[in-house]
Amino acid sequence: MSSSAASPAALTEPETVGDISQPPSSGEVLWDRVFRRMTLGIAGFTVFLTIYVVIRIGRVALPAINSYGAGFLTGTTWDANRATFGVLPAIAGTLYSSILGLIGGTLFGLAIAIFLSERFLSTGLENLFKRLGLEGLGFWATFPDRIENFLRVTIELLAAIPSVVYGLWGVFVVIPAIRPPSQWLYTHLGWIPTFGTSLSGPGLLPASVVLAIMVLPTISAISRDALVAVPPKIREAAFGIGATRWEAILAVFLPTAATGIFGGVILGFGRALGETMALAMLAGNANVLSWSIFSPANTLAALLANHFPEAGGVEVGALMYAALVLLAITLIVNIIGTIILQRADAALKGLR
Amino acid sequence: MRASRFTRLSLIIVTVSIVFLSALRRHGSAAADDAITLQGAGATFPAPLYERWFAEYNKLHPNVQINYQALGSGAGIKNFQQNLVDFGASDAAMTDEEMAAVKQGVVLIPATAGSVVLVYNLPDGPAGVRLSREAYVGIFLGKITQWNDPAIAKANPGVKLPDTKITVVTRSDGSGTTFIISSHLTAISDAWKSGPGAGKSVNFPVGVAGKGNPGVAALVKQTPGAIGYVEYGYAKQTSLPMAVLENKAGKFVKADIKSAQAALASVVLPANLRAWITDPTGDDSYPIVSYTWLLCYKKYDKSNVWPELKELIKFGLSQGQSYSEQLGYVPLPASVIDLDTKALDQIS
Repeated sequence: MSSSAASPAALTEPETVGDISQPPSSGEVLWDRVFRRMTLGIAGFTVFLTIYVVIRIGRVALPAINSYGAGFLTGTTWDANRATFGVLPAIAGTLYSSILGLIGGTLFGLAIAIFLSERFLSTGLENLFKRLGLEGLGFWATFPDRIENFLRVTIELLAAIPSVVYGLWGVFVVIPAIRPPSQWLYTHLGWIPTFGTSLSGPGLLPASVVLAIMVLPTISAISRDALVAVPPKIREAAFGIGATRWEAILAVFLPTAATGIFGGVILGFGRALGETMALAMLAGNANVLSWSIFSPANTLAALLANHFPEAGGVEVGALMYAALVLLAITLIVNIIGTIILQRADAALKGLR
Repeated sequence: MRASRFTRLSLIIVTVSIVFLSALRRHGSAAADDAITLQGAGATFPAPLYERWFAEYNKLHPNVQINYQALGSGAGIKNFQQNLVDFGASDAAMTDEEMAAVKQGVVLIPATAGSVVLVYNLPDGPAGVRLSREAYVGIFLGKITQWNDPAIAKANPGVKLPDTKITVVTRSDGSGTTFIISSHLTAISDAWKSGPGAGKSVNFPVGVAGKGNPGVAALVKQTPGAIGYVEYGYAKQTSLPMAVLENKAGKFVKADIKSAQAALASVVLPANLRAWITDPTGDDSYPIVSYTWLLCYKKYDKSNVWPELKELIKFGLSQGQSYSEQLGYVPLPASVIDLDTKALDQIS
């Protein structure tokens, strides 16, 4: 902001131009200063708040950190009655369910992003209109764009559904729907560790299915942006050397946008890690360590949500310790995501 | 254009905030007239009954507003100890240690009672399956894993039990309901006592867990072969089948108001009104029953709080008891109401 550096003398210089351009009045200068201070103050307060939260949690967690140490991370029981606390099953459950959810979410999110960014729908509809003789006629000319926009907004609206609604939907729709195929997998392929137990009800798989839908809007929105940002030069060059549409998408556009897409995936991962309510309702809240995707599991966020209201004494410290662990995991994932996104931006800049 | 957009914007912000602040003030002063708000927090188990009491009481005394937050027994005790509320509520009576932390002193008032039932889901299976003590302890310990286990079949002659895996459903959150059933299991089984033990949240060896009574009921309803524990009133609402349990006398008893009253009658309350009915005697007693308590301070600092609160509790103990049965709670025996009323007079 160079105007901030302007000396007071510059402000009082006589003006010769008409009343459209005038030196700023003293009120405007004052307001400008106040406004800048205010934004600085509010921005600073946000940073302070973040640090304050971490410090407060850390302070409450300190006794637990001292008494349980690293054994907390490898322990497998959470028993407030015996003051034994370990979060390994919760860490494993958090990562396992998030990764499974992410695989599903990426698959569908990326497919949607390609569908929306490569104008599949528009081309199809335009051909249809051409055949019907409607091309270029007012409403019909903008129709494909409108419908594409509608689809995009609808998918982004998935992010607006409260997670408790996802949880209920999971309990009453997803679990009954996936029980028969899961049972089949267990009886026929039970020797594979991932299908090693039967699905009784809540478990990793239903939790992951719902997580996949929850992270889908994040992934599809960012991937679509990344695909749209692929420079026209590259697009034209790909088709120019005779690539088919699929060859162009798979061999040229996706690799070009890959870093951006990956950043979206990492941000989705961050969201999946912190998801609480839906997982508390669907994962089964059992401290079980198992490779089976049908086994009930626990996650750090669900552990906190379930135990905090009734916790007392040492358990509060242990829960705060678990909160710090979750915070560290999400922080690392988000930092990696941000770095990748920045790299993607820088890489694309060279191409424009 | 001398008045820039910023200036106009700031004017709007100032005006809006002045209007907003004055509205807040007006609201605040109206509430301060002779109206009084009583703050309470605690158990979720009796919350439906308490909320009914408070709503009915508010109809009779429109100036008294009662905010009851069903945060859970543990949170109720915590808020009560920190003087954040005018009264607390808990399914587990406060221990001596917990009471010592309250400098005004504590009076425990048993306000209602309820039973915890085992609900199950057996596809086209029998209603009212009988579970012996050995059977239901075994199920919760994870030793009995099939519905056609001999330990279950023995108590159910002539009943065809399916070859279905048992899925135990427990509470994921700490709760008074868990406290009541785990105390009972601790009382009747040494293996349970040395294993998971009693508490508001217990490390169950098997099963999956749902949040709150609704969470458990939903999981049981959705899972063939499931068995879980919920409070009686909740089970009645959801019309899930309830297991018939063997009591201390060796009799199989159905969960209802009568069998719960029989269990309450088997225990005489001591002077501090704190009694754990972990394993009631008597042929007709349902085995898993507990009182639930209102927590009051022995001395209230604010002079206007206690008279109103006392009226409220008296209302709950008299007319309030008539709503119990309909909501699935056990009306208190007359002897307990007498003791409660005497206890209320100690408070000032």
